[in-house]
Amino acid sequence: MVDKNLKYNDELIIANRSFKSRLLIGTGKYNDFKETRAAIDASGSEIVTVAIRRINLGQSPNEPSLLEFLPPNEFTYLPNTAGCYSSDEAIRTLRLARELLDGHNLVKLEVLGDPDTLYPNVVETINAAKILIKDGFDVMVYTSDDPIIAKQLEDIGCCAIMPLASLIGSGMGILNPWNLEIIIDRINVPVIVDAGVGTASDASIAMELGCDGVLMNTSIALAKNPILMASAMKKAIESGREAFIAGRMDKKLYTASPSSPVKGLIK
Amino acid sequence: MKIYINGSIKEFKGKKITPEELIIQLNLNGKRFAIERNGKIIPKNYFDGIYINDGDKIEIIGAVGGG
Repeated sequence: MVDKNLKYNDELIIANRSFKSRLLIGTGKYNDFKETRAAIDASGSEIVTVAIRRINLGQSPNEPSLLEFLPPNEFTYLPNTAGCYSSDEAIRTLRLARELLDGHNLVKLEVLGDPDTLYPNVVETINAAKILIKDGFDVMVYTSDDPIIAKQLEDIGCCAIMPLASLIGSGMGILNPWNLEIIIDRINVPVIVDAGVGTASDASIAMELGCDGVLMNTSIALAKNPILMASAMKKAIESGREAFIAGRMDKKLYTASPSSPVKGLIK
Repeated sequence: MKIYINGSIKEFKGKKITPEELIIQLNLNGKRFAIERNGKIIPKNYFDGIYINDGDKIEIIGAVGGG
């Protein structure tokens, strides 16, 4: 959300849905649902990712569920395909998610390549994206920071391109800002950094580069104080966005330029 | 009859059961979930219109925390 004094409408538009917050939050790895909710409230996020898993059949009927703490009418759910290593698994998961969420068709597609790096398998990702889009899904897609693949995913019809900054859950920050800049330059749908953010400055840098948003989970959930980190991330996203729109000064490596007048010096 | 539910075998009385009856027997009434039978989704409006038979593979899924 940008300061109301700024004279422009700065909403994030994804597949004809409009959002004020540019911070997207994952709901995994928190201590409990109460903490999840408090962190999301502190972050100001409107879009929350969820995973699709087998229901625990042994649970007591009164056991709370994530949906009770994050009612789908208050948030935009983004069901993901975390843990899927083939296009078939990812498609099956998202069709079940659509049935679960009463026809909600905005989804996060990720097809992983290997369990150690969780690096995306872009071939399987492209195959899945084609089928899902044909089937009526609005696909936000997790991918590598390869600009050619990013463009192909846009051409297929994905509604947001979500390159990694570094490996999922690594907290290593933005390792290749130049690739991200190439992707941002060439892609017309929103570009959202997904994965790798470790702390607030990483989120700011992503936004200063011109990303349309950032999706994060571990950096908040595994902070010593997740709720305070969620608040920090909200500010980082907003400040990075404002700095991007404001337009930074040119870098001058050798030409120093004083900020105070050179005239009228006391001699 | 035996039905495979979420990877485990469960025994039920009789030769067939509707998804609605299955949900009641599993204490999932009022919960939010989606069901697949032998790899195909059973839409909510078919819960009392079809039968699950001996040997069917059932998946019952929900939303959990994830990134």
